[in-house]
Amino acid sequence: MKLLDNLLKSSNIKKNDDVSSGFSYPESTHSNLSSNNDSKLSIQSLNAWFGNKLALKNINIDFKENYVTALIGPSGCGKTTLLRCINRMHEMTPNASAKGNIILDGLNIYDKSSDPVIIKRRMGMVFQKPNPFPTMSIFDNVASGLRLNGIKDKFLIKNIVQESLEGAGLWDEVKNDLDKPGMGLSGGQQQRLCIARALAMQPEILLMDEPTSALDPIASSKIEELVSDLKKNLTVIIVTHNMQQAARVSDYTAFMYLGELVEFGKTAQIFKNPVKELTERYISGKFG
Amino acid sequence: MDKENENINYKSIVQGYVVKNARKRKTINSLITIVLFSFVVIAVMPLVSILIDVFRNGVTAFSLDFLILPPAAMGSADGGIGPAIQGTLMTVGFATVIGAPIGVLVGIYLSEYSSSSKRFAYFLRLFIDVLTGIPSVVVGIVGYITIVLTLGSFSIVAGAFVLSIIMIPIVARVSEETLKLIPNSLREAAYALGISKWKVVWHIVVKGSKSGITTGIVLAVSRIAGETAPLIMTILGTSLFFSGFSSPVDALPLRIWRLSSQPYSSAHEQGWGAALLLILLVLSLTIILRMVSQKRGFSLKATT
Repeated sequence: MKLLDNLLKSSNIKKNDDVSSGFSYPESTHSNLSSNNDSKLSIQSLNAWFGNKLALKNINIDFKENYVTALIGPSGCGKTTLLRCINRMHEMTPNASAKGNIILDGLNIYDKSSDPVIIKRRMGMVFQKPNPFPTMSIFDNVASGLRLNGIKDKFLIKNIVQESLEGAGLWDEVKNDLDKPGMGLSGGQQQRLCIARALAMQPEILLMDEPTSALDPIASSKIEELVSDLKKNLTVIIVTHNMQQAARVSDYTAFMYLGELVEFGKTAQIFKNPVKELTERYISGKFG
Repeated sequence: MDKENENINYKSIVQGYVVKNARKRKTINSLITIVLFSFVVIAVMPLVSILIDVFRNGVTAFSLDFLILPPAAMGSADGGIGPAIQGTLMTVGFATVIGAPIGVLVGIYLSEYSSSSKRFAYFLRLFIDVLTGIPSVVVGIVGYITIVLTLGSFSIVAGAFVLSIIMIPIVARVSEETLKLIPNSLREAAYALGISKWKVVWHIVVKGSKSGITTGIVLAVSRIAGETAPLIMTILGTSLFFSGFSSPVDALPLRIWRLSSQPYSSAHEQGWGAALLLILLVLSLTIILRMVSQKRGFSLKATT
């Protein structure tokens, strides 16, 4: 049934666009945390390199709080690099570097005084392949971030683990097997375990790097539903190869090509009335 | 492309070759299997015959007295190898306490921390590889000059020192290789949770490769347990039990060497017994540590 709903949702886009003139997202009513403009995260003139190769060229983009933004584009266009720049994971790759400004609630992530570890603590990240810690049980996987950041209160950890697993839609499936190894779960469950692990750190932003590319359609649709739920509490940025997925789950879409941001706008607009010809050709499957 | 080629039937040509060579291929396949298997037999035969010989000759020497008594007067069939057992356990134990942590830490540095100073890491690796290849007798001389001559006596300190020097490069390289096997995605997953580097290294990487590191340590322990030459120059060997940190100690390899160089058949028998015991010690150590580390080990098999 859920799968069917999702399929319907994807076709809903067209219906939405019939009223696209009056189409608008409710402007955020709870943006007292963010700065004057309502963007949670603002990327300004960001360049990123792998060695001498320029991988991101002067990226400017604003991510709005409590919305899902999808990054789409052909392989090698820099989607993942952009995502990894946001939590300063990019620079951990040997020879990789990045320059520019990324403002999170008024704080410049790329300021010299910013601590990359603290920045990562404010953002969760979900990877392409599920990567639960193989030596740990389901419970320990979710608790790992809390414990290794120094939280010792067992009651608190237990509550956060339960809440995170519920938030990731996994609690009912694993509540009796919390001490079993995380590796024993199916691929889709492992990915939701990784989402729970990220949620346990109470992130403000969730970065998802093609989270469903290693999963079957049913497991993927569960993750997609989850994303729609998650945006109530946090800002989601999702890299995806799957354009239907971008259309289904995201509110905003950014199309990238060869390290440049070609077009950014509301998902409905990007998919229905792209401004740039390149975007239109990619979305209609003429290249990619 | 050319017009002539259009009429050539590639399918029949290729299939013709496949059929033509089928018999030849089968013969060569089985021939190579036989050759490989016979080399395996050649390699295993000496190992097995050594084990059988040691067991057959040594098992008759075994008794409680043999294990706990000090050696008796030369030529007497009484006495045992008690001090040698005690000495080997102590010397190898101390050497492991010194050498294993240092080796593991060097391995951790090379695998996790050396990316910022590649030149230094390159020379460190080269140095470690050279150190692995240094004959143990040379390490023994160094121990003799630096410790035995300084302290004025043969001692377990010097013995543990030289054995730990032999141990460090082995443990370091094996640790480095096992730590590198931990997939980078796990490190990134941990970093993404805002965990600081040393905690990622310790809790995710090192704890995840416990069984591999244990294997490295066991390998090094088995190697140093059988060392003879450096021990002659550092602990010398004695027929007395341990009596302090400034007097000679005995060790099983030394005792085997002493017993085998005596002209009495009773001594030879004891020598076989000591050799069997040394093999059993190393073997049981390997098995026990394997079992312990595999119980809570790292398994990649379930991943993919």
